Amino acid sequence: MPRFTVPLGIFLLLVVLLGVGLTLNPRLVPSPLVDKPLPAFELPTVLDPEQRLSHDELRGRVSLLNVWATWCVPCREEHPVLVGIARRGEAIIYGLNYKDDREEAVNWLETLGDPYVKSGFDPTGRAGIDLGVYGVPETFIIDANGTIVYKHIGPFDDKIWRETLLPLVKKAQENSS
Amino acid sequence: MIPELGHFALILALLTAATQSLIPLFGGLKRTANVSAAAVPAARAQFVFCLLAFACLTAAFVLQDFSVTYVATNSNSALPLHYRVSAVWGAHEGSLLLWALILSGWTVAVTFFSRNLPDVFRVRVIAVMGAISVGFYLFMLLTSNPFSRLLPSAVEGNDLNPLLQDFGLILHPPMLYMGYVGLVVPFSFAVAALIGGRLDPAWTRWTRPWTVVAWVFLTLGITLGSWWAYYELGWGGWWFWDPVENASFMPWLMATALIHSLAVSEQRGAFKAWTVLLAIFAFSLSLLGTFLVRSGVLVSVHAFATDPARGLFILMFLALVVGSALVLFALRAQAVSGGGRFDLFSRETLLLINNVLLVVAAASVLLGTLYPLILDAMGLGKISVGPPYFNSVFVPLVLVLLAVLGIGPLTRWKKDRSRRLATLLRWPLIASIVAGVVLTVASDAEGLAAVLAGLVFAAWVAATTALALVERVKLRTSPLAGLLRLPRGFTGMTVAHLGAAVMVVGITLTTALSTEKDLRLSPGDTYAIAGYEFRFSGVRQSPGPNYRAQRGHIEVTRSGKTIAQLFPEKRLYLNSSSPMTEAAIDPGFTRDLYAALGDELGDGAWAVRIYHKPFVRWIWLGGLLMALGGILAVTDRRYRIMVRNERGRSDRALASGAFAEG
Amino acid sequence: MISRRLIALSLAALLLALIGGAAAQVFEAREFENPENARRYQVLISELRCLVCQNQNLADSNAPLAADLRQLTYDMIREGKNDAEIVDFMVARYGEFVLYRPPLKPTTAILWSGPFLLLAIGIWLLLRHLRRRASATAQASALSAEERARLARMLEAETSETDPGKRD
Repeated sequence: MPRFTVPLGIFLLLVVLLGVGLTLNPRLVPSPLVDKPLPAFELPTVLDPEQRLSHDELRGRVSLLNVWATWCVPCREEHPVLVGIARRGEAIIYGLNYKDDREEAVNWLETLGDPYVKSGFDPTGRAGIDLGVYGVPETFIIDANGTIVYKHIGPFDDKIWRETLLPLVKKAQENSS
Repeated sequence: MIPELGHFALILALLTAATQSLIPLFGGLKRTANVSAAAVPAARAQFVFCLLAFACLTAAFVLQDFSVTYVATNSNSALPLHYRVSAVWGAHEGSLLLWALILSGWTVAVTFFSRNLPDVFRVRVIAVMGAISVGFYLFMLLTSNPFSRLLPSAVEGNDLNPLLQDFGLILHPPMLYMGYVGLVVPFSFAVAALIGGRLDPAWTRWTRPWTVVAWVFLTLGITLGSWWAYYELGWGGWWFWDPVENASFMPWLMATALIHSLAVSEQRGAFKAWTVLLAIFAFSLSLLGTFLVRSGVLVSVHAFATDPARGLFILMFLALVVGSALVLFALRAQAVSGGGRFDLFSRETLLLINNVLLVVAAASVLLGTLYPLILDAMGLGKISVGPPYFNSVFVPLVLVLLAVLGIGPLTRWKKDRSRRLATLLRWPLIASIVAGVVLTVASDAEGLAAVLAGLVFAAWVAATTALALVERVKLRTSPLAGLLRLPRGFTGMTVAHLGAAVMVVGITLTTALSTEKDLRLSPGDTYAIAGYEFRFSGVRQSPGPNYRAQRGHIEVTRSGKTIAQLFPEKRLYLNSSSPMTEAAIDPGFTRDLYAALGDELGDGAWAVRIYHKPFVRWIWLGGLLMALGGILAVTDRRYRIMVRNERGRSDRALASGAFAEG
Repeated sequence: MISRRLIALSLAALLLALIGGAAAQVFEAREFENPENARRYQVLISELRCLVCQNQNLADSNAPLAADLRQLTYDMIREGKNDAEIVDFMVARYGEFVLYRPPLKPTTAILWSGPFLLLAIGIWLLLRHLRRRASATAQASALSAEERARLARMLEAETSETDPGKRD
């Protein structure tokens, strides 16, 4: 009697769905800003309040925009990776210092090294909101046209950098040249 | 030493549970009842071992053995004794042990209260329950051992999550688990019946009281949980449609459907295949809830610390248990369908419509809970499905359900005439509309349509339930004799249905009439809502056993008369340095006054949240009435007689041959 | 190896934040020009999801980001923005994940229509089944279960020959 097998069929579908669900991360929310132009912002830099960092500056070449803060525990783990990338010249990195204290941020860059061309200082987090930042650290890959091509949420290590992010940076560079 | 003993007891419990589920197989092969009968002592031994394991974990908490990882993570030397005991089920591993203990407890109950069942059937039921126990013991021993040691041992424990340091935690999880796990009994009855390939009428009579008892616990557990969330989470909300709440609500809806469907099966011997399916679904949803809460596939406020290995284990277990039950159903359901005749217009039909509504309601909760997962799995993006969705879908379903609920008890079994019913229902209809309109106007609310709908339907349920009572009592010579002679089953139904009406009033009025204010108050400031004057007189330090509190004082007056002194607290738990808000509530039959302390705003001023929540208690009062109705129903005389007489009857039923119904 | 440690660390940090988030209340005393705006504010912050939290709306969360977004919502209401504009502002930045009330579109069609479709199908199936059943069991109505069983066996051959469709 086929109609008595209907519940079994539905249940098996449910099990497959839940099985797939186990491999997904429900906390990872993709940004709607991917493939969109980098939102406008203009901030003083961390090291020099007289200097400015604006979205315009990230146009013209492929770059990373890394959102960081001294209060963010995983940022400390991620920082050496960024320093390594900058030292090897693999990518140009801009920073967005999110809801932080300037003195502590300066201190952080002086003691741990400064991989950033510039770091925008965003103590209120308003620029962060426009960028859809919700978990620090976050890293955007921005192509030469100023379009966001990728966003990595959470810290990344050398492995993720080599296997996921660097290829995307290279691809963006090829596309723009 | 004690933890090792506990661990060992857990292993013995696993082995006895395995024996309990496998022995009947051998017995079945050899066709010797004596061998099969060994399942009963095995089940009882399993309970003893599980109880021993549980006692060992409790001892580890009471004696503060921080060399046990679970204890070190969830307790602390400053934790008061009663919370050290309830901390046993405060996190994943221990709550699983509680689950297993309750499961073995239900099994033992079945061994004692089912002596009158045919031996073959009884042993099959116990074997099915044993198989499920095996799964949980394996789960614990392989992925979540509560007794694993911490090397080197911790000097001090981590403290129990402050949210759980509350009276609510002592009661809520055990109640809820009693309900969740209790649904294993109807499930096992259903599976055993399917294995045998036939359902004698005793099946429904036997399943019904077990289902009602499990349902009573589930009702109490959910009600307590809602009350706990209301005062402990500190937001004044009583239901959040969080996946974890949904995980307990779906089995409740299914069990409610099952109770009603069992009524049809018992009366008419009809729709037995459907009833069996509901019994399978109800427990399956319990297991699914366990999976959702412990696997991390969904994001929830109450989620346990999750681990993919655990998720995979429960999923495989779920697939095995529910999958086999449904395979059996597919193979055997034909054999159990059929039954006596009833008219299209009859109480049976209304009960089945009730079933459709409840099952659709449960399916909707499941759909909403899993929908984000479905879209994500198909790569269609991430969305959230929250209270606005559930409310807009659920409210219309519930209103239809309430309409049917009113008509059902007044309709005759087997066959009724619409003319008779229309005459009968005229007065309740008029009365409920009038009452609804009058009360709505009196309530002076903003969302008029919602209040009107809620009150009319609540009045409808109350009026029809009262009428059904009158009709019933009228059969007797004097009203008093009629009332006294009412069967408990009927009284139980009446009380439970009135509970539903009371709950609807509570939900409607609280939602529509609550006033909530977030204020900046300096000492001496007053603020009035709904005729109550709240006077804030500042905040003081006040130490607790394992926390430091800042304690606010608010005096509430009405027309110059003091109504209540509220002391909301903001606590800092020292070991975990987690802050906690303890709301202060002045409860009342028709309203709650509620105050919570926010941040200090400087100059002695504080952010203070004050609420006036009319009729919020009615929500939980309704839940309690429903549970009371269930308790009355299971103490019905026929069940008490049944316990005495069943042996003779079921033997005769067996002797008279199988039921070939078609 | 590092990545696993990193994840564990960030999870630990998250959890710490969450325990606080779940338990302590943070809220702001707000002033509105009119009660309608106060109501809109309450509805908006209760229907927008906090991204950093487990499963909480902006109103119930004490995450710093949730507080910022409450402030922005408040500011936008005072600037005279309507609900759609405020919701669009959030969705443009954080995606539809922030909406507890998912918008009706092709991917959510099943979500919104599902319950009512199921109800219609359920009632239809039930009534169809009852009708068939009523005609199939008509002849056995007056007999007890045992009698019916015996009768059913006796009649079995005949019934299935004459009208197999009635057996349901």
